[in-house]
Amino acid sequence: MAWIDYLVMIIYFAFVLGIGWALKKFMKGANAFLEAGRSMPAWVAGLAFISTNLGALEVMGMAGSGAKYGMLTTHFYWVGAIPAMVFLALFMMPFYYGSKARSVPEYLKLRYDEKTRGLNAILFAVMTILSSGISMYALAILMEKVLGWNFHISLMLSAVIVLAYTYLGGLSSAIYNEVLQFFIIVIGLLPVVFLSLHHVGGWAGLKESLGNVATANGFAPDAYTSMWKYTGTATGNPLGVEWYGILAGLGFVLSFGYWCTNFLIVQRAMAAESTVAARNTPLIGAIPKMFVPFLIILPGMVALALMNDPSANFSLPKNEAGQPIYDYTIIALLKQYLPSGVLGLGITALLASFMSGMAGNISAFNTVWTYDIYQSYIRPTTEDKEADEKHYLKVGRMATIFGVLVSIAAAYLASLFGNIMDFLQTIFSMINAPLFAVIFLGMFWKRATGHAAFTGLLAGFFIALLHHGLTAPEGANTLVKGGWITILHVYPVEMAQNFWTAIFAFSTSAIVTVVLSLLTPKVKSDEELVGLVYSLTPKLKEMDVPWYKRSSSLAILVLVLVTILTIMFW
Amino acid sequence: MGLDIKYPIGLMFTLMGIVLTIYGLATLSDPTMYQKSFQININLWSGIGMLIFGVVMLALVKKKKTE
Repeated sequence: MAWIDYLVMIIYFAFVLGIGWALKKFMKGANAFLEAGRSMPAWVAGLAFISTNLGALEVMGMAGSGAKYGMLTTHFYWVGAIPAMVFLALFMMPFYYGSKARSVPEYLKLRYDEKTRGLNAILFAVMTILSSGISMYALAILMEKVLGWNFHISLMLSAVIVLAYTYLGGLSSAIYNEVLQFFIIVIGLLPVVFLSLHHVGGWAGLKESLGNVATANGFAPDAYTSMWKYTGTATGNPLGVEWYGILAGLGFVLSFGYWCTNFLIVQRAMAAESTVAARNTPLIGAIPKMFVPFLIILPGMVALALMNDPSANFSLPKNEAGQPIYDYTIIALLKQYLPSGVLGLGITALLASFMSGMAGNISAFNTVWTYDIYQSYIRPTTEDKEADEKHYLKVGRMATIFGVLVSIAAAYLASLFGNIMDFLQTIFSMINAPLFAVIFLGMFWKRATGHAAFTGLLAGFFIALLHHGLTAPEGANTLVKGGWITILHVYPVEMAQNFWTAIFAFSTSAIVTVVLSLLTPKVKSDEELVGLVYSLTPKLKEMDVPWYKRSSSLAILVLVLVTILTIMFW
Repeated sequence: MGLDIKYPIGLMFTLMGIVLTIYGLATLSDPTMYQKSFQININLWSGIGMLIFGVVMLALVKKKKTE
C-alpha cells in the first residue's frame, strides 16, 4: 500500500461522512431519522436495497464460493435471489408499505398480535446486531492477515465511521451512502475482474483451465462452468446438491425467507416515496443483482484456476488443518493483480461493502428497537405528538450508539471463539424460514390467527434445531456443524444440510400455523385485516403510471433477463 | 429529503478519477510498476473511466436543475 492508495480511501471516507453531515439538518423527528420520511425515489431505494445486501460477508463469501464451486455459485443469485425479489415486489410490498407498518415486526403486530411481534422484534434485534459484529470481525481479520493492518485499528475505524454517518443522518444517510457505496463496489472491483480474466485468456481460457481442474477432481470437464447441467445427481457437481434440493432449499425456502421477511432489506423499500416506488424498489435492485456474479464469482473462478496452476504462483492462506481459507479469495486477487492506485480503490470497495452491510444492520436495529421494543413495552406514545417525535429521535440515536458498541463487543467475542461465527450463522438461518411461513400465510390467508402464528414460529425453530442436532455433513469435526444429539443422517455437504434444515423448518411452521389457525377462533375481523391480507385488500391499479414504470413490466423484464442468463450458462 | 445523491457521487468519482489519471500519467514510464497488470496502465484507464462516470453524473444533476 502506497500513499496513493490511502488518498483514494480518504476521499471515500470524506464523502461518506460528508453525506451524513449534509443530512443532519433534516433530522427533526423520529420519522425522518428512522423511516427516512418515506421520501426515497425508486432508483435510490432500489440501489440501496441491493447495496445493503452486498455486505463484506457477501463479497468475501461469494468470491470464495466461486473458487470452491465455480459457476454453480450463481445459483445463489439467479435462483436464490431474483425470483424471491420479484415475489416480494409484486405480492408482498403492497402490504408492507400499504399497511403503514414501520417495520416487519410491526406488520406482524397489525396482522397477528402483540406476542408474535415481540418474539420477532427481539430475535431480529439480537440477530442484526450480532451479524454486524460478525462481519466487522471478518473484515478486520482479513485486513490483518492479508494487508498487515492492525486488527483493533481497522475494526474501530470502520465502526466509528459507520456510527458517525448513521448517527448524523439516520436511515436517509444509510440509504444515500449505500447508493454511493454500490457504485464504488462495482467500479472498484472492475479492474480486478478485467485483469484476472485477461490473465487466463477470457471466458474461453477460463473454461479450458477449469476443465483440467474438473477432470482432476473427478467431474466432467465443464462441471465448474455450468449451472444446471450436472445437477441430476448430487455427486456429479462440485456443489454436492441435486436440482430439486437447489430449487426447493435455495430457490424457495432460504431465498424467500431472506428476501421477503428480513427487515434489513425490506426497510429500504419501505422508505420509498410511494406505493408504486416501494413495489419497484426490489425490481430495480434485481437488475444489478443478477450481474453481481460477473463481478464477484467470476474472479473467484479465476482464483480456482490459478490455485491449480503452479506457474501462476498464487495461493490462499491456509487454516490449521491445511485447508485454504476461501474467504480470502477476493483480497488475494486484489493483491495479485493490482498495482498501487487501483489497489487502494479495490480495498476501498471492500470497505464500502462492509459499511453498506453494517449501516444496514444498524439502521434496521435502531428502528426495531425504538418502535417495536421501546415504544411498545417501555414508553408508549403520549398525547403530545411533537414531543414524542423528538423523544423517539433521541432514543433512535442512542440505539444507534448502543448498536455499534454491542457490534464491537460481538466482534471481539468472535475473535476469541472462532466457532461462534459458524454457530450464530447456523442459528440465524433457522429463524428466517419459519418467519417466511408465518408472514406468507398471514398475507394470503385471512383465517390465520395470532396464537397459531406464534406457535408456528417456535415450532419451526425447534424442528430446525432438532434436525441440526440429528444430522451432520460428511467429515464434520465439530458439534457446531450438527449431530450434537446423535447422527441419524449424513449429508454429503454442509450446504445440503442447510437446505434441508430450512425446508423442514418452513414445512413444520406452515403446518402448525394452518392446523392451529383452524382450531383457534378468528380474533381479527375482516375490516381490521383490510390492507394486511391479499383477498381483503383492493387491488393496486397502475393505469395512471406509464407502462415502462409499471411493476408488471419491470418484473417481466427481470424474469426475461434472468432466463436468458440461465440459458447462456446452463 | 433535500439531497440529490447524484451530486456527491459525481463529485467523488470526478475527484478520484482525476487523482488516478494523474497518477497513471506520472507512472507512465515506470517499467516495474505495472508488472502485476501485464504492462497495462490500469491506473490511467480506471482514472479516465471514473472521470467520465463522475462527469456524466454531474451533468445529470445540472440537467435536472435547468429543467
